[in-house]
Amino acid sequence: MQNNTTTESTGTGTHMNMLKVLTPFHVWALGVGIVLVGEFMGWNFSVAKGGAYGALIACWVIGLLYSCVAMIDSEVTSTVAAAGGQYTQAKHIVGPLMAFNVGLYLVMAYTMLEAADALIVGDLMTAMAATFGHEGLDPKPFVVLTIAFLAWLNYRGVFTTLSLNFVITIIAFASILVLFVAVEPTNPGAVLQHEGLLTDLPYGWIGVVASLQFGMWYYLGIEGTCQAAEEVRSAGRSIPLGTMGGMMTLLIAATLTWYICTGLLPWQYLGQAFTPLYDAASILGNTKLQVLLFVATMFAAIASANGCINDAARAWFSMGRDSYMPSFFGAIHPKYRTPYRAIIFLVPIAVSFAFTGLLDQVITFSILSGLLGYTFMSLNVIKFRKMWPLGSIHRGYVHPFHPLPAYTLLALCSTTYFATFLGYGSSLLSILAFYIVASIWFTVRRYKFVKRGEQFTMSWPRPKGF
Amino acid sequence: MNIWDMLSYAAWVAAGLFLLWIVVDAIKVSLTYDEDLLMSSREGLDELDPDQAQSHAVENSHAK
Repeated sequence: MQNNTTTESTGTGTHMNMLKVLTPFHVWALGVGIVLVGEFMGWNFSVAKGGAYGALIACWVIGLLYSCVAMIDSEVTSTVAAAGGQYTQAKHIVGPLMAFNVGLYLVMAYTMLEAADALIVGDLMTAMAATFGHEGLDPKPFVVLTIAFLAWLNYRGVFTTLSLNFVITIIAFASILVLFVAVEPTNPGAVLQHEGLLTDLPYGWIGVVASLQFGMWYYLGIEGTCQAAEEVRSAGRSIPLGTMGGMMTLLIAATLTWYICTGLLPWQYLGQAFTPLYDAASILGNTKLQVLLFVATMFAAIASANGCINDAARAWFSMGRDSYMPSFFGAIHPKYRTPYRAIIFLVPIAVSFAFTGLLDQVITFSILSGLLGYTFMSLNVIKFRKMWPLGSIHRGYVHPFHPLPAYTLLALCSTTYFATFLGYGSSLLSILAFYIVASIWFTVRRYKFVKRGEQFTMSWPRPKGF
Repeated sequence: MNIWDMLSYAAWVAAGLFLLWIVVDAIKVSLTYDEDLLMSSREGLDELDPDQAQSHAVENSHAK
C-alpha cells in the first residue's frame, strides 16, 4: 500500500484530516445557500393557513426561533471544532443515544431537502420547456444531473463547493433586492397595493398558529453552518460570524419577500403559488426581471442542494468516524480531503427520495427532522453551560441572556409541533415512530460497535461534577 | 428529436459521467491507500488547542 505524502505526524500518529480552508464568507454561503430557496417558494403556504398578516407573524416568530438556534449553535460550535455539527455536540454533552438520533435527524433533514431541491430544478426545467412550447418534458434527467454534478463538486473539495455557493447565493439574494427596488417601495400604491390586498386574519389566531410550520421555510437549514467547523480557519471566530451574518441576511430577505409578494398578489392566490417571487416579477410585465427571478430561483435551489450534500455527508462521516454507523464511512479522501465515501453513499438515497416525486412529504419529513434537532439544542445548551460553565473552556462566542434563548426556543418548538400536528398529524406521528424504531435498533444492534472512549479527542477539561 | 429531447439525453449522459468518475476514483483510492490512513482523521484540530493546531498547520502547508 502506498502511503500518502500530504500527511504529517501530529505527535500521536499519522492523521488524514480535512483541510482548514474556509472563511466566514463560506460559512455564510453554506447557511444562507441552504435556506434561501425557502424565500423563492414554500414560505407562502403559511399565507394559505393564516392570511398575509398571519404569514408575517409566522415570519418573525419563527425568525425568533431561528435567532435562538443561531446564537446557541454559535456558542457551542465555537468550542467544538469538529464536523458533525449538532451530532458532535450531542455526543460530547448528552450521550450516545441522543447523538445517534441527532445525527440521523441531520442526515435525513439534509438528504430530503437536497432531494426536494433537485425536484425543484427538474420542475423548473419542465416549466421552461413548456414556456417554449414543449409540453411534458421529463424532469428526471435534470433531477439526477443536479444531484450527480453537485456530488462530484463536493467530492472534489469543500473550497470550490462553497465558493460556488457564495456566488450563486449572492446572485439569488441580489435578485430579491432588485425586485424590491423595482416595486417602488417609497411610493406606496404606485406598484404595491397593500391597502387593497391586505385583509384581517381569515382564520383567526388558530390560523396564525397553523402557519408557523410553513414559516420555517424562511430559515430552515441555517444551523447547517456548524458542519463547516472542522474545515474553517479559526472556527471560534468564523462560525459565529458566518452564522449570525447569515441569520441577519435571512431576516431581511424574508421580510422583503413577504412585503413584495403581499403587495402584488392576493392572499388566496399567494397561498397556493409554486413560485411566488417569480410570479410577483411576472405580473410587473418586465421580461428582464422575469428572467432574473427565474435564474435566481434555479440558483437558490442548486445552492440549497449543494449545501445539503455538504452537510449530510459530514454528519454521516462523523457518525462513521465514531462507529455510530459503519466506520467505512469515516474515510477522508487523501487528495481532496473530503468525506468521499459518505458523499457517494448518500447519492442513491437522495435520488430515491427525489424519484418519489412527493415534494410535500419529503419537505415535511425534512422540516420535522429539523424541528426535533432544535428541540434537542435548547436542552443541550442548558446542560452545556452546567457542565462547562463560562471560563472553564475557551469560547469564541458567548450568547447573551442565557437561559432565556434556550427556554424561548423550547417554547417555540413546542408551539410549532402543535402547528404541525394541526396540518400534518399523521406525518408527525410516522416520523416519531421512525426515530423510535431507529433508536431501538441503535441500542440493541449498533451501540456495541461505538468507540466509547476513542470518540472523544477534544482536549476539553473534565466537566463540572464528573 | 427536438432540442429538449436532446437536452434530456445529454443530462442523463452527463449525470452518468459525473457518477462514474467519483465511483472509479473512490475505488482507485481504496486500492492505493492504506485503510487505516484513510480513516485516521481526528476531530478538534483548531487554534483552541495550540499543540494540535501547530502540527495541523504543517499538514496544510504540505498539502498545498
